[in-house]
Amino acid sequence: MRQILNALKRSDWVGQKYVNAVLRYVFMMLFAFLLFGIILLISGKDPIQSYKDIFSSTLGSAYGLSEVIVTMTPLLVTALAVALPSRIILINIGVEGQLYMGACFATWGALAFGHLPAWILLPMMILLGMAGGSLWAFIPGYLRAMGIVNETITTLLLNSVAPMIVSFFVFGFWHSPMDTNKTAIFSPSARLPTLFNTRIDLSLVFALVLLTLFWLVMKYTRWGLEMRAIGGNPQAARRNGIPVKLYLISIMCIGGAIAGLAGMAQVSGFYGVLLANFSRGIGFMGFLISWLAGGSPLGILLTSFVISIIIRGGNLLQLTIDLPYAVINVLLAFTLFVVLARPNFLTQRKEA
Amino acid sequence: MLTPPLSSKTPPMISMREISKSFPGVVANDHIDFDIFRSEIHVLLGENGAGKSTLMKILYGFYRADSGRILLDGKPAAIQSPNDARALQIGMVFQDFTLIPAFSVAENIALFLPDLDTVVDLEAVSLWIEEMSARYGLRVNPDAMVYELSIGEQQKVEILKLILSNSRLLILDEPTRVLAPHEVDALFQILYSMRQDGYAIILITHKIKEVLECADRITVLRNGCVAGSLLRSNASEDKLVEMMFGRKLSGLKTGKKVIREETALPVLELQNVHTHGEGAETNLEEIDLKVYPGEIVGIAGVSGNGQRELGDVVLGMIECVKGTKHLFGKDVTNSSIQKLRRSLVGFIPENPLTMAAAPFMTVLENMAVTKTWHYALQGGLTMDWKAIKADVENTMERLGFSFSLNIPARSLSGGNLQRMIIVRELTHDPRLIIASYLTRGLDVQSTLAARQALIQARDDGAGVLLISEDLEELFMLSDRLIVLYGGRIVGSFTPDETNYYEVGHLMTGSEVQYASNS
Repeated sequence: MRQILNALKRSDWVGQKYVNAVLRYVFMMLFAFLLFGIILLISGKDPIQSYKDIFSSTLGSAYGLSEVIVTMTPLLVTALAVALPSRIILINIGVEGQLYMGACFATWGALAFGHLPAWILLPMMILLGMAGGSLWAFIPGYLRAMGIVNETITTLLLNSVAPMIVSFFVFGFWHSPMDTNKTAIFSPSARLPTLFNTRIDLSLVFALVLLTLFWLVMKYTRWGLEMRAIGGNPQAARRNGIPVKLYLISIMCIGGAIAGLAGMAQVSGFYGVLLANFSRGIGFMGFLISWLAGGSPLGILLTSFVISIIIRGGNLLQLTIDLPYAVINVLLAFTLFVVLARPNFLTQRKEA
Repeated sequence: MLTPPLSSKTPPMISMREISKSFPGVVANDHIDFDIFRSEIHVLLGENGAGKSTLMKILYGFYRADSGRILLDGKPAAIQSPNDARALQIGMVFQDFTLIPAFSVAENIALFLPDLDTVVDLEAVSLWIEEMSARYGLRVNPDAMVYELSIGEQQKVEILKLILSNSRLLILDEPTRVLAPHEVDALFQILYSMRQDGYAIILITHKIKEVLECADRITVLRNGCVAGSLLRSNASEDKLVEMMFGRKLSGLKTGKKVIREETALPVLELQNVHTHGEGAETNLEEIDLKVYPGEIVGIAGVSGNGQRELGDVVLGMIECVKGTKHLFGKDVTNSSIQKLRRSLVGFIPENPLTMAAAPFMTVLENMAVTKTWHYALQGGLTMDWKAIKADVENTMERLGFSFSLNIPARSLSGGNLQRMIIVRELTHDPRLIIASYLTRGLDVQSTLAARQALIQARDDGAGVLLISEDLEELFMLSDRLIVLYGGRIVGSFTPDETNYYEVGHLMTGSEVQYASNS
């Protein structure tokens, strides 16, 4: 195996660096699966069969693949909501809260203007969702820029406030006559259109466009340059006349807006209704993905895809071989663990 | 210059011979000889960057010398780590203390003891502390928590720590920097009583007044070399100032000294500026300063006396608590840095890596960050990299610098990094240039080029604020010279009116009383 790798390394590929990176991730995943296999063995299941089931049910059919993509879509957006602020060393743990606020604002639009045609209503809901998220992110952004309190703490704490606000509206005003914990089902004009006759909706396009945009902005534009300068050395950036405070606030708000968009897409696309506590950690998963991927757009895409396979596969294992759902968290945790430990057996030798 | 042999009754406790150490771009120590005797206070004097701390960190095993040897009682000693040094009874108090705030004094000291029992008998340690502190007048309460202690008391704990761990040689790195005058006196009393008990003490400082007060033996470092070593009885203020700053003059063409028109509008005017420093920052007080177009105003002062703060207050990094700041006649007291930068202010900070550059971006990208609005195309969607490159190469050619543009800034050497910043800041014909330690880390040729560039900018009508500790540089380049000490202006001259001695005295505070009275 090592010989093959060495051969790869010796070759004069331009993309050699990327090949190495991809190989590294593949190895890390294999390692995580190996560890999880041991857990499966201990609980008396056949790991080989389980993995076979996981992959055949997710990658083996068009339907399975489409479900993976459905799971992946919000993760792409929430990961981006973390990755963008992280470029100027802002740690946005508050995506979960911003997502709730986005969903809340968008739902108001859907309920109040449900009679409008989709071509007006949907853009309005998108804007409302983004406004809600960015409003929620403005608080920590402003406090941080003024040097009052670190954004890590405020974003984290605001996470527990936002679902309460959603609950307040859902239980208090918006619940449908039949249920107490959810609103009435949105009118068809308030639903994001789905693609290819699957549950994949338009937000996948948003996610991919935003990721591409993120990459382009960071690489080519003046703002990308200034943000990289801030990320590289905030003190120097300030001395060099880059408006650091303005960036701290606005990038935090944009991050929040992206998270809000994810929230809007969840209620408008996936559920078609606002449930209290609908998210179940999409925001936190986005945080995880962004950091695993090192904030790079392509990395976010790959990592989200893998994580989605694990999540879908976990759901399946629960149904077919009667494993508790918590077990899939074990696999996720192993993945995280292995990736964070970054076994660099592939790159180490090159430097030496 | 070699160390002159000095008479002493006993052979030296430790001799450092031919010690050399260089860092990328800088020779910190160049064949230094240094002797330490028992029962003596040996002061190591020199400007910042003269190599004092490096030499002592080599002795303490923190750095390893590139060449040279260390002899302990005439026998070669291998000191490769602070542990080795401590085994040889060498102890050091760093500028930044190493105490754990949440621990008590006794716990902190117990942690440092070489043969600590598995079960710590804090009681015994406390008793021991009290015994020793009574003996040397180092009164501290062993049960007090360190975070409750004043800086002076923390320093006592650091010294106690070394005494109790059997150190016989104490290295104190600028111990008086953080102390109030009466605390300084108390510290010296402690050192005298320790000297009587046979301790050898090395004190690093750049304050001449203190040297003359407490030293038995003085070694002066300049630019990494020993400028001289003498006994207290042979030392005088003038002699030390001369040794510290040197008097050699290089052959730089300084150009015409411009006689400025008094009527011209000052480029920069500070009126009664006060700042409030945070942490280790110095407060500026009553700063009145004018820089006219076409003149270089030199700011002399030992670092830590407010030069960095002065540069930052002009740039807007630090706000004026009181007073006003005018740029080209316009009030910019509360203007943002962006606005100042746009009004053609160039800033060369004292540390290019931490204060001016983003290490992981390429050199060319670093060149663009101060002028992003200038080079933005299509409203900022792309950058005009060609124009940036052309401008930068133009300036590089003018200054005679050359370095690669497409590598990350962090892979440049210290000197090249400084060149990068100089090129960047001089590229757009700034009307006001603030330059701190312009030539730090540069070789002779680049030093000349950088100075020449500054003179050229001045001749083209820019106002220059040149902050430096290098008196030679200041006297050579400045049209006017201002001395900062303790955050105040303590002297203002034209270079012809004054001399190295006077400025040196003012910088080191030995005549500060006289100056503020006059």
